Amino acid sequence: MPDLLIELRSEEIPARMQRKAAGDLKKLVTDALVEAGLTYEGAREYWTPRRLALDIRGLTARSADLREERKGPRIDANEKAIEGFLRAAGLSSLSEAHVHNDPKKGDFYVAHIVKPGREAEEIIADVMPAIIRDFPWPKSMRSGAASAKPGSLRWVRPLQSIVCTFGAEHDETKVIPFEVDGIVASNITYGHRFHAPEAITVRRFADYAEKLEKAKVVIDAERRKEIISADAHNVAFANGLELVEDEGLLEEVAGLVEWPRVLMGSFEESYLEIPSEIIRLTIKTNQKCFVTRKPGAETLSNRFILVSNIEAKDGGKEIAHGNGKVVRARLSDAAHFWKRDQSDLPDLETLTASAEKFGLDLKKPLDQRMAKLDALNVTFHAKLGTQGERVARIRSLAAALARLTGADAASVDRAVVLAKADLRTEAVGEFPELQGIMGHKYAVLQGEAAAVADAIEDHYKPQGPSDRVPTDPVSATVALADKLDTLVGFWAIDEKPTGSKDPYALRRAALGVIRLILEGSARLPLLPCFDVALAALKAQRPDIRAEISADLLAFFHDRLKVYLRDLGARYDLIDAVLAPDADDLLMIARRVEALTAFITAEEGRNLLTGTKRATQILAAEEKKGTEVAESVDEALFRLDAERTLHASIKVASDDARDAIVKEDFRSAMQALSKLRAPVDDFFNDVLVNDEDKAIRANRLALLGLIRSATGEVADFSKISG
Amino acid sequence: MNPKRSFQALILTLHNYWADKGCAVLQPYDMEVGAGTFHPATTLRALGPKPWRAAYVQPSRRPTDGRYGENPNRLQHYYQYQVILKPNPSNLQELYLGSLEAIGLDPLLHDIRFVEDDWESPTLGAWGLGWECWCDGMEVSQFTYFQQVCGIECSPVSGELTYGLERLAMYVQGVDNVYDLNFNGREGAEKISYGDVFLQAEQEYSRHNFEYANTAMLHQHFIDAEKECLALLAAGAPGDSSNNRLHKCVFPAYDQCIKASHVFNLLDARGVISVTERQSYILRVRTLAKACGEAFLLTEAGGANWNREAA
Repeated sequence: MPDLLIELRSEEIPARMQRKAAGDLKKLVTDALVEAGLTYEGAREYWTPRRLALDIRGLTARSADLREERKGPRIDANEKAIEGFLRAAGLSSLSEAHVHNDPKKGDFYVAHIVKPGREAEEIIADVMPAIIRDFPWPKSMRSGAASAKPGSLRWVRPLQSIVCTFGAEHDETKVIPFEVDGIVASNITYGHRFHAPEAITVRRFADYAEKLEKAKVVIDAERRKEIISADAHNVAFANGLELVEDEGLLEEVAGLVEWPRVLMGSFEESYLEIPSEIIRLTIKTNQKCFVTRKPGAETLSNRFILVSNIEAKDGGKEIAHGNGKVVRARLSDAAHFWKRDQSDLPDLETLTASAEKFGLDLKKPLDQRMAKLDALNVTFHAKLGTQGERVARIRSLAAALARLTGADAASVDRAVVLAKADLRTEAVGEFPELQGIMGHKYAVLQGEAAAVADAIEDHYKPQGPSDRVPTDPVSATVALADKLDTLVGFWAIDEKPTGSKDPYALRRAALGVIRLILEGSARLPLLPCFDVALAALKAQRPDIRAEISADLLAFFHDRLKVYLRDLGARYDLIDAVLAPDADDLLMIARRVEALTAFITAEEGRNLLTGTKRATQILAAEEKKGTEVAESVDEALFRLDAERTLHASIKVASDDARDAIVKEDFRSAMQALSKLRAPVDDFFNDVLVNDEDKAIRANRLALLGLIRSATGEVADFSKISG
Repeated sequence: MNPKRSFQALILTLHNYWADKGCAVLQPYDMEVGAGTFHPATTLRALGPKPWRAAYVQPSRRPTDGRYGENPNRLQHYYQYQVILKPNPSNLQELYLGSLEAIGLDPLLHDIRFVEDDWESPTLGAWGLGWECWCDGMEVSQFTYFQQVCGIECSPVSGELTYGLERLAMYVQGVDNVYDLNFNGREGAEKISYGDVFLQAEQEYSRHNFEYANTAMLHQHFIDAEKECLALLAAGAPGDSSNNRLHKCVFPAYDQCIKASHVFNLLDARGVISVTERQSYILRVRTLAKACGEAFLLTEAGGANWNREAA
């Protein structure tokens, strides 16, 4: 079975696009071949910064002939119909057609059409140009003289050559010379840009990979990653350090080199005064280098690991030296930001109005940044106003929340007015992912209380299902206010998440609120919070009139279900306790917990069966229009089982209700579980459908009491099983 | 003339190299611009069908990059070496690498890399795909295949190379501080350094950009330049008659667009532009650039009379 080798060599492909592009190439080519009737045993894709390659093994040499029967008209049909049939089936005369016999419809013509199979080479030459022309690059470009004409080839960067060879194992392979925009596929490629720029003739994947390796190109990205990772650890270890691992950076760096060579560079220790986060990001984001630390240490060392693309004549001295210079220059810039963020802004007098608005102290740098953020009217969202307005809203909401969470009101207020100040610092301007972290550092430096400084960083938390939930009441309060304001705001302007689209990360915000409430065991009815947040927004934007509470609460219910289910809760049990207006998430979760424990025990399961039976009978009779008494009349009881059940329901209902008032759901369940025996006895001893209409109506009313008693804790009809 | 010994020799080496590749070696544009791309020899000449090759040094001003002369790498005024080739030859990467070798960077000693960097100039309504070119981790050039300029699709595509001259010079001279660069290649008393030429200016312009610049006046200048640009385009617009098909006043109008862009950069450095305003300023400059680009296509240089087949 023949193998197919394809290589698309271009100018440097962005690292972040390579893996997906190689995967796309594999899928597009194999799909097209299969679609054309070929099969293959295996396919694997490869990539480097300058090439995408595809190795397909065991391809069939030819697609099978396709046979088709085409039904024609009856043999006594008119001439026109027969002519049409011959034309459509591609027959020259009726002698080429067959006659089939159908006892019901009579004899009719059938054409046997054979579509001959095609050579794989022909199919490949046929499908490749379109695959290349329509390749799904996230961004593509035109280039060269050809770009003067419309419809010229678009590729991620100029495409330089194409390899396409095909042939059975051990045989010589053939070139399939299809053409795209003047580039004709051949069996020639080129090695490393600087080490081996000469042409290389290749036959199939095995010698292709081997020859490239000799020409200093490691075609397999996974191997490049292994080389880099192993060498980086070794170099660090040899210098008494450990590598700070970074999988994303490793992937990127492996996409920047064809021949990885790991080196170590250094910078002055004095730069270690800059916060580690900034050093790491500076070195990673701008220089694509790894940082190191002393084994077990928190802080970084002044050595970094870089990956070059050549085997330098001098062993890499110049390269390490040069990279060191750049890192130093970058850190010098970072040190500049770090220092400037701690000094006064110019034109402080223009900030007094903003300072008064938020009670800011313009002698302090972070306060100045918040005042500047407000004064510049930096937009948060076109319909939700400026960052300043947003902070004002969060501030009023946080004050209301603080009364419920018991957080210190003054600390909450201070944390809120400084929470977004670092958006105006140069460090965050350079590295937006440091928001909060920098605010924390600058707050500590200007002497803010620990709770305030922590809240500035932690109010963004939790960022997802595995992120830490802040426990300090000040942090938790500001975090809740920030997220609730965001949710209420975007709901009010009807920018809700739809399907896979959630550009403002509102699902994450709602999950954050849920985790803050449940993991912090906070009693925080949501509806009043929505009201406070919405009132603050409407005060700023009178044009907003939306009533959103019910819809937003339903969204919270959905997110809560997802959250509880991930923790192992049963969907039906959540539904059974979730009333549409339930806004106390902690109580919902506790009910689910108690119900789960109850329903998995034998008592609960039996009570569930009894209750369901009662509900079903009742529902069936109600549907038939059978009379059900308004209330239970003890005088109409005929059997003990009726009397016992009635008495038990009264006790159980009262006990359950009392327990629920005390939020003791476990006791409520226990109270109900005492109903199990009387309900069972009732169904054993009593025939509901008594001939006496009054007795029947009374017994049905008694069934109604079972339903309403269990309804005190959950809607049992929604529980499955 | 050793490009490793003086700033000026580096420039002259690049001039010789690109002159040899058929570029017209132009002089800097005589206005304040943020980058070499703003030179009409790039912005306008990238438009239309006519082939074009030019190379020049462009002094560039980025007011927000002022560091009062205290940062060894960052300057609010610096030099770019700009090359534009239209259409881009298919071996442009090799030509570029050849220029690095010409200034003494051996690609088997130094790690030269093409790292993704898609270029976009919102004020010029221009974008292209390309790379930052790294030498030992330092960005020494920008390499772009223009796809759109002044909001107009490039047809054909131009290749643009922009070298950061100071960085490159620091690299080949082996100095860590830009102000220590040898400018004229002499030693001892005759030596003129980059600092001798520019340090005081950097300090003064940083004060100007961040503290002193009169913002009310700048606001007015922006408005004036915007008005003048549109007025000139209107005055030079083609008429209906067949002997009056061409636009008659594009370059002067484009000067006003450049001016508006620089004034906007100064206002931005003074920190008086809010984020929403910022967007609207950028949009206003882009509107001017687009109008100039469209007018340019109606001129001789823009290819209005050019017959592709004849060329």
